[in-house]
Amino acid sequence: MASKSWLNILIFLCGSAIGFLLCSQLFSILLGEQGDTQPNVLHNDPHARHSDDNGENHLEGQMNFNADSNQHKDENTDIAENLYQKVKILCWVMTGPQNLEKKAKHVKATWAQRCNKVLFMSSEENKDFPAVGLKTKEGRDQLYWKTIKAFQYVHEHYLEDADWFLKADDDTYVILDNLRWLLAKYDPKEPIYFGRRFKPYVKQGYMSGGAGYVLSKEALKRFVDAFKTDKCTHTSSIEDLALGKCMEIINVQAGDSRDTTGKETFHPFVPEHHLIKGYLPRTFWYWNYNYYPPIEGPGCCSDLAVSFHYVDSTTMYELEYLVYHLRPYGYLYRYQPTLPENILKEISQTNKNEDTKVKLGNP
Amino acid sequence: MVSASGTSFFKGMLLGSISWVLITMFGQIHIRHGGQTPDHEHHHLRPPNRNDFLNTSEMTPMELSKGIRVFCIIFGESEDESYWVVLKETWTKHCDKTELYDTKNDNLFNIESNDKWVQMRTTYKYVFEKYGNNYNWFFLALPTTFAVIENLKYLLFTRNASQPFYLGHTVISGDLEYVTVEGGIVLSRESMKRLNRLLHNSENCTDQSVIWRLSEDKQLAICLKYAGVHAENAEDYEGRDVFNTKPIAQLIEEALSNNPQQVVASCLSDMAITFNGLTPQKMEVMMYGLYRLRAFGHYFNDTLVFLPPVGSEND
Repeated sequence: MASKSWLNILIFLCGSAIGFLLCSQLFSILLGEQGDTQPNVLHNDPHARHSDDNGENHLEGQMNFNADSNQHKDENTDIAENLYQKVKILCWVMTGPQNLEKKAKHVKATWAQRCNKVLFMSSEENKDFPAVGLKTKEGRDQLYWKTIKAFQYVHEHYLEDADWFLKADDDTYVILDNLRWLLAKYDPKEPIYFGRRFKPYVKQGYMSGGAGYVLSKEALKRFVDAFKTDKCTHTSSIEDLALGKCMEIINVQAGDSRDTTGKETFHPFVPEHHLIKGYLPRTFWYWNYNYYPPIEGPGCCSDLAVSFHYVDSTTMYELEYLVYHLRPYGYLYRYQPTLPENILKEISQTNKNEDTKVKLGNP
Repeated sequence: MVSASGTSFFKGMLLGSISWVLITMFGQIHIRHGGQTPDHEHHHLRPPNRNDFLNTSEMTPMELSKGIRVFCIIFGESEDESYWVVLKETWTKHCDKTELYDTKNDNLFNIESNDKWVQMRTTYKYVFEKYGNNYNWFFLALPTTFAVIENLKYLLFTRNASQPFYLGHTVISGDLEYVTVEGGIVLSRESMKRLNRLLHNSENCTDQSVIWRLSEDKQLAICLKYAGVHAENAEDYEGRDVFNTKPIAQLIEEALSNNPQQVVASCLSDMAITFNGLTPQKMEVMMYGLYRLRAFGHYFNDTLVFLPPVGSEND
């Protein structure tokens, strides 16, 4: 009788131990599943487009970094404002009805505000957003149609409102101030366009669609004209390549967008993919596509980068924060870019009695 | 007989499960209570204002900047060994001196203990004895933390290191306000002095608790309190935390998911000092985003000037 009750107690204790362990294991397995980070999407085709959302959570709200301007009371933006007036850029963002709230919204909340004029191009009109309706269908095969129609729309309605015309995707982040610095030394009456230059298929190279590209006013005129005269037609749905081929036909030059140290400014991926050595495998198409010798590590990217691509909503705000807000106080940056000649002359004329360097402080 | 032992087994399992649930819940309440306390109990520390600048205007920016010397201690363990290399190659280059202490592989002291508090106090004692005279500020961070030393120096440059300062991201737990190690811990030379006076007697500042071991950052706070040093939460001019315990992406996501219908004012400070929870790759990206990537045409009139470190590419 005694041994039976001892046995019962033993079994009871075993049960409680097992119950305890089972619960904690179950819980940690559940936690483990939630803790999985999302896989980074490495697109294995240069012309791969952002298909449907791969199930990632999209950000519901929006963040405004400029809600209080007190943080920037030590900041002198005279040069940036001067360039805003001198180098007028119209931005059009390739988007679609499904992506207005998911992606385009965050573009609108961040970098788009720095364009002299911004238009969101969709297949159908949306008066509230607002988005322009191009009257095409949606889908990967419509990209070149959308591009052609977007440029035609811009040419018809806004030609005199800007000197340069930028195309970007709704997952491209663009630093307009740096684009203005790049373009300031060129004349918009020249037939030229800039972007991340790729070498295959087109002798002078063509510009990556996702990294964004910018046409001079003359380039835009020639492009739109070419479709009127059938010099260029809708040859394929690979937007950036087809546009690049057309540019070559109409004698618009593919420009060199690298900075004065030879570092690239337009980027087809987010900074991490370019900065971390070995992130992009050697077999990846990118290494064979780049027009100039491709570099990974710190030499990949200019301090005055113009664009990044495959930027998700969180990263839009992160880039906005890193570029325009967070800074190391008092830091003397290694790369000291110079102002273009014409701008320098103008500034020294308007500030006749002040030494330009003293006024500017620490760039 | 079999069914009797069967039921007692299941009764046992039930008891085991219930007791696990109770213990976890109790643990959660304990943690949650520690976090939710009204702000007005905090001590705050803000960056210098215009009046503070006036007192220092006789010195050149270079002299002013060289006057603040920060000693960095990286303290903790990590499964990813590459952290230690990356830390040396990234932000710690901007410290005046750095000591990296891997608590798992104990390269410095060969203490037998795995007790983080014992390791921490030994580290502080060692650093003060060896370097206490040459540096005026001592900053301790985890291997997963990224710190902007220039902004730390800006926060501190008008403060007197002969005063007992103890700063970071503070949390109130019961009646103890302490600086969380995840955000980084800043001690002035005076605080280090007082701490070390206490630590010289190994009986002081030992963990008295039996069941719930207090974390090392709480232990430090208790010990410092005994020495008359109190924690202060460091903030910017708008009251935003400058020591962050999470990475930028997470802070953004949290802010936006809490207010899906609104446009949220940014919770991130222009003069943020730390972010925690970064991978080694994210640290490399921070170096570029912080020390290189910027918008052309924006200039600043800063009172301090910091030169880039010699012989590096990523800043």
